Amino acid sequence: MSFPFPSDAWVEAMMEELNRSDVYKDVARNWEGDFYFVIEAGGKLAKEATLYMDLWHGKCRDAYEVSDPDTRKPAFRLSGPIVNWKRVMTKQLDPMQAMMTGQLKLKGNMAMVMKNVRAAKELVECCTRIPTDFPI
Amino acid sequence: MWFFSSPRIVFGEGALGYLDTIDSKRACIVTDANLVSLGYINNLREILTSKGTEIDVIDQVESDPSIETVKAGGGHMLEFEPDLIIAIGGGSVIDAAKGMWVLYEHPGFNPESINPIDELKLRVKAHFVAIPTTAGSGSETTWAIVLTNHSERRKLGLGNREVIPDLAILDPEFISDLPQNITAETGLDALTHAVEGYTCTFANDFCDGLCLQAAQLVFDYLPRCFHDGQDMEARTHLQNAAAIAGLGFGNSMAALAHGMGHALGGTFHFPHGRSVAIFLPYTIEYCAYTNSARYAILARFLGLKVGSERETASSLAEAIRQLEREIKQPLTLSDAGITKDLFKHELEHLIFNAMNDTQTIMSTRIPDEADLRRLFQYAFIGKKVDF
Repeated sequence: MSFPFPSDAWVEAMMEELNRSDVYKDVARNWEGDFYFVIEAGGKLAKEATLYMDLWHGKCRDAYEVSDPDTRKPAFRLSGPIVNWKRVMTKQLDPMQAMMTGQLKLKGNMAMVMKNVRAAKELVECCTRIPTDFPI
Repeated sequence: MWFFSSPRIVFGEGALGYLDTIDSKRACIVTDANLVSLGYINNLREILTSKGTEIDVIDQVESDPSIETVKAGGGHMLEFEPDLIIAIGGGSVIDAAKGMWVLYEHPGFNPESINPIDELKLRVKAHFVAIPTTAGSGSETTWAIVLTNHSERRKLGLGNREVIPDLAILDPEFISDLPQNITAETGLDALTHAVEGYTCTFANDFCDGLCLQAAQLVFDYLPRCFHDGQDMEARTHLQNAAAIAGLGFGNSMAALAHGMGHALGGTFHFPHGRSVAIFLPYTIEYCAYTNSARYAILARFLGLKVGSERETASSLAEAIRQLEREIKQPLTLSDAGITKDLFKHELEHLIFNAMNDTQTIMSTRIPDEADLRRLFQYAFIGKKVDF
């Protein structure tokens, strides 16, 4: 069964996958910071979508599609065009390279990121394990 | 999409004289106390004062510079207000000076936040010159800044493309008296950069030739430098090799040997070159177990024994061990002086820091906790990696 991306169902599946990952649990044990994943419109994605994940010490405590992005101020925001999200999630583009070249834009506590890059990498690895229907 | 960045590089005998073409009203020299006492900055001072440049010196940079050192230096620069920063020293000095530069241009910035994603918009207040006195870290040509958080006993692989120096001056005068053990350690750092730059996941066409050439130069000239410190032809080639390796890995990445080496250095304060080089043969064996092609190409280029792809890759690990024996560097953690009890005591700390190092994730084979445990154990006893 594939999950449409981006959607509530997809990010819930992502939360389950992340919480199953022993690697993530270990490498993200010091991670503190919730995320907005902002997917900019493109292809059949008519408007920008935002997914929320509450990441805390190796676990995802909550995850859902956000209807009003102004309701929260998460610690991190990762945004980019749907085409780049797809490239990262299908392993055509390294996530670190994507961020370092501005193809995905990351805002937030960079000291946390630099000390926990493996957690960021494993987060993306979990993404790639979700069977996904992309709108492009 | 990726990038290739380089400073202007001036190299060879008399290269320091190029500084005469750089106009500056106020220059801050960053170095260490040992180099000052050896007179290494005297010629530099002479050139600057002859041009009427006002000079300040920060000379308290330690090996494995700390966050605190960078903060103090940044604060010092805010008072002196240089328009030119000149880092003269080994990798520790140059890395620290880069960090100080960031804080000078952005007061209050958290050094641990220096990252390759954000724009820093440097060069509003000062430009940066690097003069290496080891051969070497290659920091004179890279955007890396490695700092140590002493309270966490952890090295942090930080950096930003904007901190690549404007000018790198490779003058053999500054490495002519390098002690034998430092020649060996820093030479192996250059080799590790070349090997990892060629074999990491960010390897690219622009860096491949640089890494191959740097590796060849190290194999050819490091033994000569070690056995005869007066061999200036060898010294010069090795100095170039370090900078070329810096360009190579700096525009791709380092990898697992650096991830493990940073963990070792942060815990035991071993010299960086020695730390990464201990792990290099083991990490080659580990990565080549599943992805041997690039290691085999590098081994063939170096004229090493050729067989199957994995055998050829293995010959690279053996050649490095042989080089390490020749230049009297430890091949195992126990050779390096770590006792069994201390190793057991620190193993979890080593594993966690290596897992989360910025360079570990650039490896073609990223170890999980179980594999890292075995890798550290194999490196402790000197067992060839077979998994």
